[in-house]
Amino acid sequence: MEYSEKVLGHFKRPSNYGRMKNPDAVGKVGNIVCGDVMWLYIKVGKSASGRKKGEDFIKDIKFETFGCVAAIASSSVITDLAKGKTLREALKISKEDVLKSLKGLPPIKVHCSLLSVDALFDAIYNYLKANKKLIPQNLEKNHSRTQKEKDLIKEKYKKWVKLEETIYKKGKI
Amino acid sequence: MPKKNYYFDYAATTPIDPRVIKAMFPYFSDKFGNPSSIHSVGTESLVVLKKCRKILAEALGAADENEVIFTSSATESNNLVLKGIALANKKKGNEIIISPIEHACVFKSAEWLEGQGFKIKFAKVDKYGLVDIEDLEQKINSKTILVSIIHANNEIGTIQDLEKIGKLCRKKGVYFHTDAAQSFGKVAIDVNKMKIDLLTVSSHKMYGPKGVACLYIKKGVKIEPILHGGGQEFDLRSSTINVAGIVGFAKAVEICVKEMKKESAKTIKFRNYIINFVKKNIKGAHLNGHPQKRLPNNINFSFEGIEGESLLMELDRRGIAISTSSACSSAKLEPSRILLAIGLDPFLTQSAIRISLGRMTNKKEINYLLKVLPESIRKLRKMSPFFK
Ligand code: FES
Repeated sequence: MEYSEKVLGHFKRPSNYGRMKNPDAVGKVGNIVCGDVMWLYIKVGKSASGRKKGEDFIKDIKFETFGCVAAIASSSVITDLAKGKTLREALKISKEDVLKSLKGLPPIKVHCSLLSVDALFDAIYNYLKANKKLIPQNLEKNHSRTQKEKDLIKEKYKKWVKLEETIYKKGKI
Repeated sequence: MPKKNYYFDYAATTPIDPRVIKAMFPYFSDKFGNPSSIHSVGTESLVVLKKCRKILAEALGAADENEVIFTSSATESNNLVLKGIALANKKKGNEIIISPIEHACVFKSAEWLEGQGFKIKFAKVDKYGLVDIEDLEQKINSKTILVSIIHANNEIGTIQDLEKIGKLCRKKGVYFHTDAAQSFGKVAIDVNKMKIDLLTVSSHKMYGPKGVACLYIKKGVKIEPILHGGGQEFDLRSSTINVAGIVGFAKAVEICVKEMKKESAKTIKFRNYIINFVKKNIKGAHLNGHPQKRLPNNINFSFEGIEGESLLMELDRRGIAISTSSACSSAKLEPSRILLAIGLDPFLTQSAIRISLGRMTNKKEINYLLKVLPESIRKLRKMSPFFK
């Protein structure tokens, strides 16, 4: 597999990884074909000044990924791209942006970049939903697509997802 | 990236032993003759070819040197077995039994034959990959023409009891083929004692050159060629003979046979040391394959919470070459067919890596591996939602 220097760089030193304590929302997605799983945590704040004053923005972001090199590199890039952006701006990030930051991915690995965008969108969706805010139509659509796949993955990894959830609830981390 | 490469992927391929290169060298220029030519330049090559055939036959325990033919690869040998036996024995029946943990070249040949109207049955394997002999016995019937079971699996290293399977097939009157690409030169094989009708050996897995392999075909076995042409190799494999390659292959076999006992003992010691270290020091590590009945040089672990490819690349970054499942399937997304076939938890099939040792492996390399491996696993687990 030929990965670009950029990909290998992110893989070597990924930005913003690890579990986040008390996130405002979590996005959880997976790809059933390759079996990779991505969790994205966000903390949302309000812009204090400037043109975007009062708008929700991504104050902090972290990822946890069970996946290939491209998945980890894409996760790292998506956190870099989204951090500091308003939710509205973040929803404009596309898989092409991720691919560009990574200087491309091998054809078979392009879906890994989409997975990272899906994770981000899922986190934003969950935030908007929990705070009873208006959810844009295409975000709703995206959500129902990723949700279906997530359910399949959850079934596949049942034992492990459950284990994780119990540990999480016990507040061990 | 560190300059030094710590190679732990001998199951994918091996470097050529310097003694082999030396033996091959004259056959590229001085002794370049075509063994099929009548003149003395050709005859010289023919004599050598015969000598090499004899070395292979003796190493396999074959009764007659003419029971060995040379091919270009284990893939070719295995294709020839499946397709050649199927075509030559259509009158007897159309059923072929293979294990679900065969190498892709057997698996795909069987799949292709299925498309041509043959019936493929799968022998049952247990969680270690061992073939269930009773189940196999039940699956053999009057229409069965071939049983093909891999001797030692390339991913998990599990070694089958060939003698039992051979006896059963002989008793039932069906041909028995085994793919010994991974095992030959590491574990003792005797085609007579084990009642084997067809057997595949590959050169580049045993410190010989790539592009050459052989197939043992017991006298009297009905088989059709798949390469037609000049009629080389007893009309079973037309193509100009790769003399230099065959000379190298035979030399590699000679060395393996002579040094097998000592080398295997050393490798087994290293293998067990690594396995025990990992079990003791790395949590959430699962050994895949049989704990005892496994290749001297094979180690296969699943590490909870980490994807195999990421671990491979993290190790590669630090100068260590290993592989996820097998080298041939690493450009695919789906988890290993072998690990699924032995019923491994889907989560763990994503997390498997194979470490394979070889002639040049030494203590220093192993110590480096065992220093870097736990560090890499720790790093990747920090990024993973699972295993905290
Ligand atoms: S292979 Fe599927 S996310 Fe990387």
